[in-house]
Amino acid sequence: MAATEALRADNPESIESLSREAESLKARLEEEKAKLNDVDMCVVAQRLDNLAQFNIKPRRVLKGHQGKVLCMDWSSDKRHIVSSSQDGKMLVWDAFTTNKEHAVTMPTTWVMACSYGPSGSIVACGGLDNKCTVYPLSLEEDPASKKKAVATHTSYLSCCSFTNSDYQILTGSGDSTCALWDVESGQLIQSFHGHAGDVMSIDLSPTETGNTFVSGGCDKVAMVWDMRTGDCVQMFEGHDSDINSVRFYPSGDAFATGSDDATCRLFDLRADREVSCYKKESIIFGCNSVDFSVSGRLLFGGYNDYTINLWDVLKGTRLSILYGHENRVSCLGVSPDGTALCTGSWDYTLRVSILANLM
Amino acid sequence: MAHRHSTKRSDSLPNAMFGNGQQSHEENPNILVYKKMETIVERMQDEHTGVPVRTVKSFMSKVPSVFTGQDLITWMMRNLDVEDQVEALHLAHLMSSHGYFFPIDDHVLSVKNDNTYYRFQTPCFWPSRCGEPENTDYAVYLCKRTMQNKQRLELADYEAENLARLQKMFSRKWEFIFMQAEAQAKVDKKRDKLERKVLDSQERAFWDVHRPVPGCVNTTEIDIKKACRMNRHSKMSRPNYAVPGGRISPSVSEAELNNSAEQIKNDIYALRSKLEKRRVKISKVTESFIAYYQQYAEYDAFITNPDPANPWISDNPEFWEQERSLNARDIPQRRVKLWAFCVEELLRDAAGRDHFGKFLDKEFSGENLKFWLACQELKGLPMSDVHQKVHEIFSEFLAPGAHNPVNVDCQIMELVRKRVENNPTRFCFDEAQDHIFKLMKCDSYSRYLRSDMYKEYLSGTRKKSKKRLEIRKVVQQL
Repeated sequence: MAATEALRADNPESIESLSREAESLKARLEEEKAKLNDVDMCVVAQRLDNLAQFNIKPRRVLKGHQGKVLCMDWSSDKRHIVSSSQDGKMLVWDAFTTNKEHAVTMPTTWVMACSYGPSGSIVACGGLDNKCTVYPLSLEEDPASKKKAVATHTSYLSCCSFTNSDYQILTGSGDSTCALWDVESGQLIQSFHGHAGDVMSIDLSPTETGNTFVSGGCDKVAMVWDMRTGDCVQMFEGHDSDINSVRFYPSGDAFATGSDDATCRLFDLRADREVSCYKKESIIFGCNSVDFSVSGRLLFGGYNDYTINLWDVLKGTRLSILYGHENRVSCLGVSPDGTALCTGSWDYTLRVSILANLM
Repeated sequence: MAHRHSTKRSDSLPNAMFGNGQQSHEENPNILVYKKMETIVERMQDEHTGVPVRTVKSFMSKVPSVFTGQDLITWMMRNLDVEDQVEALHLAHLMSSHGYFFPIDDHVLSVKNDNTYYRFQTPCFWPSRCGEPENTDYAVYLCKRTMQNKQRLELADYEAENLARLQKMFSRKWEFIFMQAEAQAKVDKKRDKLERKVLDSQERAFWDVHRPVPGCVNTTEIDIKKACRMNRHSKMSRPNYAVPGGRISPSVSEAELNNSAEQIKNDIYALRSKLEKRRVKISKVTESFIAYYQQYAEYDAFITNPDPANPWISDNPEFWEQERSLNARDIPQRRVKLWAFCVEELLRDAAGRDHFGKFLDKEFSGENLKFWLACQELKGLPMSDVHQKVHEIFSEFLAPGAHNPVNVDCQIMELVRKRVENNPTRFCFDEAQDHIFKLMKCDSYSRYLRSDMYKEYLSGTRKKSKKRLEIRKVVQQL
């Protein structure tokens, strides 16, 4: 502290001295962080039993999109799925019977984001139209007749997610911002600036009182935001390329990322740093989507090499490679009760699978 | 084991053919992966430690510069950290479909672990070295093939179809295309026989990558999101359409990008506050991850065998229907047990909230939970309803003479009162809500867990669910 004080004395306002001060603070911060890096999580976790090999057991194949599947989301009823595709369509599936219950045609192709509302009676989607449009679902009427454009960005919509209510939606966009919108009026409630590149993915904190969400983007940075103030409260660096997916650890204390640099990482909010990196020399393709199992022990990553890699979050090892798709895996999600895994791919299909333990 | 091939998808070809995407390959978002594959290919091609390449004699002729699928897979197993042969084959298939090596007489770019012959692609045909080729180049190439009177160069059916389509498309300049093809064929003829064989196959493989056989994946396709970014030159040149009060998201302000003294001061301020932040050691964090796993493992369907009645396992949706019509007495024990993990789990479950509410009513502190839930509801309301709800909450729980007064200290009370009067927002009760939450968590919740009410509920449900299971078993046996 004394050193930085002395520097300020000569000319506290000059850019040089200011940047020198910033540098020394940065160095101190790194030092502090390094002190806390006392053990390697993978080493400590060795005391846990090894998990068995897993095999994927396909349950359903959802066919109906005529283009690359780009996004999917589970309904809270553990049965319905909404998906969007490059063909300009959003489909709502009864994944159990594989019936398509609703089909909405969008004005542009490449519907890159879709999301189910928590009540299960509303969906939202958007993409190259730079908008996020919501569609209330009812069996009597065509959802398109009640559609409502809620959000408008200045570039494509890359992701969207309802908050814990059907009345608010959070969006992320290629214009490098995230925004929270009031569904009823279409008004902007809060915008979130800070990313220096396209925002690719967002995820809301699972804690009841969290009021936070995490975002990841092409600036290789993940940011944690306070929804009330619009401030970025934490920032995480480490990836060597675009972050394509962010997902909170089920307790809400950490989050995982998937990146074009072919790694997945675990960042902890309490430690304020990366705690684990999931990679292998033979994995060279980027990861598009990540999700946790209920206990947080397993991390699924959907990759551009058509596979899903299953990671042991605590031990840092790969447990299995899950094959099945015939083109890039673009999106995946574990069902709300943690029983099934849905994956969407550029091969035009979605697959619902369960895991068989090869014990 | 035969490797899985792509299913037929006849529409992928016209898309690829007529989507005229000419872009600079330096910015191609696939470049990162190309570079990684090229590093591996270079190792494979190492004269001493690489895959053994040779020229084989077959019948009357020679097959120059080839290797077998078996040699390739063996090399990969030995030199890359692949787990098993399936993974090696998968990676080999991917590298082949990107055109780095190819079967010498098959348009389908894949690899089998047998004595099929493969050849390396010349680096100048690598996808990183050449951008997306034009349809006219493809037309010249196909046209040339028809001129070379060789069996191995005969057009496949799909190629003949493509040629016909291209001829229609370029009917005006077909003469020009034909002349180019003739010129190229002439050059080719002068080449050494073996060299020609290699070059012909490499050229063919190049087109198999960029104009794949119907049913094969076109690996040169790029993610549209990344393509959008490629086309954008710089952040600053983007127009800012921000309209005050409008529904247009504002762009990053210029000040934020200005690296002025003001900016550095902000940085310093941010760094200072970061330094003051308390951080937790990795060892502590790790223990918490492990504890969380140990607590929740039995609820993780991928780790502990899930309820066999679950429809994704049993293939029978009855379970979901039962779950929907469940009354409070029939809630499975594992769900009730979860309520004891933490207060958040209890409050997440509607049945848990109900039961906890009843307990609090008995303790005469039911208003705490009601207040907390009202605050939660407020946060998710449409903007138009926020104002009214704020006043409702205030008058029910906080105002003097409130129906259900909650106990918050006067400091918080004053803060909240001012906010409600001046600027009622969905977050204006935050401090009060936090205070009440802590109160419930530290005080009522632990008493609830120790209460007979919870214990009875837990054991009651257990008996019930056991009995039901037995009944079901009996029914099944009958």
